Amino acid sequence: MTKPAAIPDISFRGVSKRYGDVVAVDKVDLDLSKGSFVSLLGPSGCGKTTCLRMMAGFEQPSAGEVFIRGDNVTGVPAYRRPVNMVFQHYALFPHLNVADNVSYGLRQRSPRPPREGIAKAVDEALSMVRLSGYGARRIWELSGGQQQRVALARALINRPAVLLLDEPLAALDRKLRHDMQIELQNLQRNVGITFLLVTHDQEEALSMSDRVCIMKDGRLVQAGTPRELYDEPVNGYVADFVGKSNFFAGTAGQASDGLIKVALVDGMKTAGRASRSTAPPRQGDAVLVSVRPERIRLAAAERDLPNQIAFRAEAKVLNRIFLGEQTEYLVAHDRLGEFMVRSPRQGNQARAFEIGDRVAIGWPPDAALVLIKD
Amino acid sequence: MSLRLYAAFIYVFLYAPIALIVFFSFNAGRYAMDWQGFSLDWYGRAFTNPIVTKALVTSLMIAGSTAVIATVVGTLCALGLERMRGWLRQLFDALIYVAIMVPGVVIGISTLIAFVTVFDAVNPALEAVGMARLQMGLWTVIAAHVLFNLAVVVLIIRARLAGMDRSLVEASEDLYATPFATFRQVVLPALLPSILAGFLLSFTFSFEDFIIAFFVAGPNTTLPIYVFSSIRRGVTPEINAIGTAVLLTSLALLMLAQFLLRARARAL
Ligand SMILES: Nc1ncnc2c1ncn2[C@@H]1O[C@H](COP(=O)(O)OP(=O)(O)OP(=O)(O)O)[C@@H](O)[C@H]1O
Ligand SMILES: [Mg+2]
Repeated sequence: MTKPAAIPDISFRGVSKRYGDVVAVDKVDLDLSKGSFVSLLGPSGCGKTTCLRMMAGFEQPSAGEVFIRGDNVTGVPAYRRPVNMVFQHYALFPHLNVADNVSYGLRQRSPRPPREGIAKAVDEALSMVRLSGYGARRIWELSGGQQQRVALARALINRPAVLLLDEPLAALDRKLRHDMQIELQNLQRNVGITFLLVTHDQEEALSMSDRVCIMKDGRLVQAGTPRELYDEPVNGYVADFVGKSNFFAGTAGQASDGLIKVALVDGMKTAGRASRSTAPPRQGDAVLVSVRPERIRLAAAERDLPNQIAFRAEAKVLNRIFLGEQTEYLVAHDRLGEFMVRSPRQGNQARAFEIGDRVAIGWPPDAALVLIKD
Repeated sequence: MSLRLYAAFIYVFLYAPIALIVFFSFNAGRYAMDWQGFSLDWYGRAFTNPIVTKALVTSLMIAGSTAVIATVVGTLCALGLERMRGWLRQLFDALIYVAIMVPGVVIGISTLIAFVTVFDAVNPALEAVGMARLQMGLWTVIAAHVLFNLAVVVLIIRARLAGMDRSLVEASEDLYATPFATFRQVVLPALLPSILAGFLLSFTFSFEDFIIAFFVAGPNTTLPIYVFSSIRRGVTPEINAIGTAVLLTSLALLMLAQFLLRARARAL
């Protein structure tokens, strides 16, 4: 009986995991839809590995349920779950050669597939990770990147419902890391298997995945496309974690026409919109106004700023970094502190500012997001 | 400088007697310390002497059985301890160390007392139902040897298990291997050199043991016991030859065990 395609490959329903007093994972609900590339992103110790281990079956949740393709697998041990894992340090079997490592999963099936079938599958898996002809090699004769690819082949040969990857790129150097990121993406598109990648590198997560799940202190804070997380973060924590942003603390005031008034420190005022990912803050809530550096306009004087501007002020250029396409300025306002601004090279005002210049800054109302802290 | 001299003196003191025994085992002459020229005669005599060959067979049987039992039980014990948590595990760990540190004399005396006590308790009952009495024999030596060598095996295997990468076991289970299949395909291959080393060490320790066997062998004569008892009739080149043979066998086995343990450490 085939199940409808809409059933997610893995679902968490209210999953928690406690180790004594430590709450490693706290009531997480999560769906990994079929064929997607999902990243689990968060700072060290936020519970990413624990989530992965509960999917693989190495740990069982203290509360909640885990489903794989609609089957409740809560309490089912790892060897009876149709998912496979790529371990951070690969965990290849040192006493087996490359081919025997790759065929390990197939050889556990009963009845065991015929010898020729296994050999053929191993060849295919090795060529998929561009290691054709390496079958007879010993594990220690391989470089780190090659070992990584053997680990991928060993997992993918089983055609798992989901491939779980726990910081698989952390042990590689910068260059190899970049190559492997591209290779992983291509691999995922070719095999069409759902990938779940754990990482604490936000660039990696944003550049590689269809969806990113952001965790903090065991909770799932937000799940969405990289664009959603960047443009519509649910709170200041996500806005800060995903990309760069400027934050100004204040208190939410009245809302009208989709704009929320905010009283900043020292009696300054601005307005901004609420994120579409969550309910808007209520009047009187402590909020953060988040403005992305590329949305802030710089001009020589206030009258040079465009008309549609919700906030305008004077500031001084502290630093300037040439980034090619863009120029990044660090400017200081005497009451709000320092801001980061990114201006395109060919802006309306085609001139660059120098360190020490007085400038006018401002941003349009929809550039400012009014967010609760976390 | 003087320290070096001191060290050299200690080595001479330790090894000169052994070197002398090996040297004079090739003596053609009749008296132990009177060199008459090179010959292998005494080896021939020693190993055609029926008392010596009988003692050798006894020793080999004891050492072989001890090694098999200590290795099998010790390995299982180490695997069990690995899964245990809390104070019970610490207690067993401590007991294992104690078993290794207890001097041979103490093991000899205490096992002797234990055997005698048990025999006295059960023999009347056995006689009443017409069964044979329990008495000292090869099996009592084996039992006493296992006591000590079991601890050695447990220590070796525990060390190996502790050094093993947990994620290999998880990787195997992740790849659909049942716990038993994982044990057979991942854990056992990793332990094999250590198991073999434990076997060789147990064999050696049992084969060359005099003290424990002396207490619990009953009427049986092992090779070390034979050597001891013939020395009372004077040291002959025959004894030297036996001693040398035992020495070389033990050294070879110990070196092999050491090699296995080292090779494992290098592989991972
Ligand atoms: N076996 C365990 N026993 C006790 N506490 C644990 C155990 N495993 C994890 N924890 C705790 O649970 C929390 C989450 O750990 P986890 O390994 O999931 O974090 P992570 O997000 O993967 O971090 P990192 O990025 O550093 O790998 C941590 O506080 C950790 O100390
Ligand atoms: Mg982790």
